[in-house]
Amino acid sequence: MSEYIEHNRNGVSVGIVDKKLFTFAQPPKEMILENGSTLGPVSLAYETYGELNPDRSNTVLIMHALSGDSHVAGYYGNDDAKPGWWEIMVGPGKGIDTNKYFVVCSNILASCMGSTGPGSINPKSGKPFGLDFPVVTIGDMVTAQKALLDHLGIKRVLSVVGGSIGGLQVLEWCLRYPDMVVSAIPLATTPKHSALTIAFNEVARQAIMVDPNWNKGDYYNGAKPDLGLAVARMIGHITYLSDESMRHKFGRRLQDRSDFSFNFDADFQVESYLRYQGSKFVERFDANSFLYITKASDYFDLTRQYDSGSLVKAFSRARAKFLVVSFTSDWLYPTYQSKAMVKAMKKNGLDVSFCEIEADWGHDAFLLPNERLTALIKGFLECVYNETER
Amino acid sequence: MKPRDDELRFDLQIIASWIEPGSKVLGLGCGEGDLLHFLKKNKQVTCTGIELNEDKVAKCIEKGLTVLQGDINEEVLDYPDDAFDYVILSQTLQQIYEPGELLRSMLRIGKRGVVSFPSFSHWRVRLQLLTTGRAPITKQLPYDWHDTPNIRVIALKDFRRFSRETGFSILREVAINTDYHEKSGNIIKLFANLRATYGVFLIGKRKQ
Repeated sequence: MSEYIEHNRNGVSVGIVDKKLFTFAQPPKEMILENGSTLGPVSLAYETYGELNPDRSNTVLIMHALSGDSHVAGYYGNDDAKPGWWEIMVGPGKGIDTNKYFVVCSNILASCMGSTGPGSINPKSGKPFGLDFPVVTIGDMVTAQKALLDHLGIKRVLSVVGGSIGGLQVLEWCLRYPDMVVSAIPLATTPKHSALTIAFNEVARQAIMVDPNWNKGDYYNGAKPDLGLAVARMIGHITYLSDESMRHKFGRRLQDRSDFSFNFDADFQVESYLRYQGSKFVERFDANSFLYITKASDYFDLTRQYDSGSLVKAFSRARAKFLVVSFTSDWLYPTYQSKAMVKAMKKNGLDVSFCEIEADWGHDAFLLPNERLTALIKGFLECVYNETER
Repeated sequence: MKPRDDELRFDLQIIASWIEPGSKVLGLGCGEGDLLHFLKKNKQVTCTGIELNEDKVAKCIEKGLTVLQGDINEEVLDYPDDAFDYVILSQTLQQIYEPGELLRSMLRIGKRGVVSFPSFSHWRVRLQLLTTGRAPITKQLPYDWHDTPNIRVIALKDFRRFSRETGFSILREVAINTDYHEKSGNIIKLFANLRATYGVFLIGKRKQ
């Protein structure tokens, strides 16, 4: 979730990439959303790396998390300071090997990184949607991604991969389009948000909505609710770390001072870190998108969807081979939630592997360099690839 | 018995020879997946493994095996009846807290079970206890009393009696004398309880 933390410019990379745009659902053939409303036209920003093989069987679809985008790997230009958010995993010879696989990632519906969202112009009014943007679901996001794959002429996906909210989309893909998904890698994710996760999301949303600049979502022509969004991001960052990682990273160390200030400046390093993350985030993210995406993730509940009532019944639709991965110190999507999915998969006779990786870095662990995770994904994909080639 | 594959340990070769090609197998405490990998490659077996240790689980998945990280005693509970043709418990029975319960689960989720364990009635073990008067330490049971994972001491005869009491039948049994890691060994036919270092059993549900 803390995309773009640190990256090494040196090393193997997919190189220069570009962001593309796919527009569909032109009126009157608008997209019908889960809440019953319609939306169109819809645009998705997306990127692809590697080559689609002749029998179109080597696509790996990557899903990004809350604040990510379609820019998974590579650079936009020679002067670009930072590569994509999963540069450590995606590229030639890497965990997701672009020499072998055709990698596709699209920015999700309701985001603000090039796809249609609350900050886009509403064709009906000629002004930004704001709160007129429909409340979309994870299912709607996946339906839009399916339209993109249809456009690319891809009928079957070798693997869908994603962590956190990206993992919710992975699970949704497996149940919504079971015959399209050969394998799936849900990382650090859950079949439904716990009360704890919803609570954090709600406090973050409240922080935005109490900012006077938010103005019921209508702020695109004036001052933005930066303070609220920054606080929302600070809350998020607490949930992406862990007690242990915060002790390692900050402890009680003071920031640029030897003693307390006896005022409300950022005395502690952890305060300074959170303020920095908050202020950096507002430069690249839209507050309304934050509201819509967190709401979609809170609504996500596999036990409620597909009239199933139970996780076991829900997974009876799935056909994919699964690799489920959780991290020991992740308290946002703890291991017991991954194990509940695994249990339901087992009861359905699905082919599922599960590994809980020992990691101190909390929920963020899935985005940080981790040889274990890289080796797991690489080995799993190779196996699936070889089995489908046969 | 001629070794089928040089890579496989002798006791695992015996187990592998019992598994019918194309069957479904669950390996409990599968370690780094040597046996499952062999079965998948050479016998087109559909394999799943369960292993507690993260490093070993990761090694299995990297090899392309389907493996779940977890406690075998709990993980077996999730599977439906007769989900597998064979459920294998190799060299692990001596570490199980409730062996009766685990074996019952194995034969609920599998049509047959394979169980192997180091024998505590080997003559060297007996002799050591008799002559030194201390808890025996052998190549097969190499731990001191205070740091051993092996909480059960089992003899081949004990296992046979256990099968009668617990209500499963022994379909095949082979006693071998070999070191734990050895790739070749001998099958013991005479005075097995005294001369064998390991026992390997194929078990099934008792016919009503």
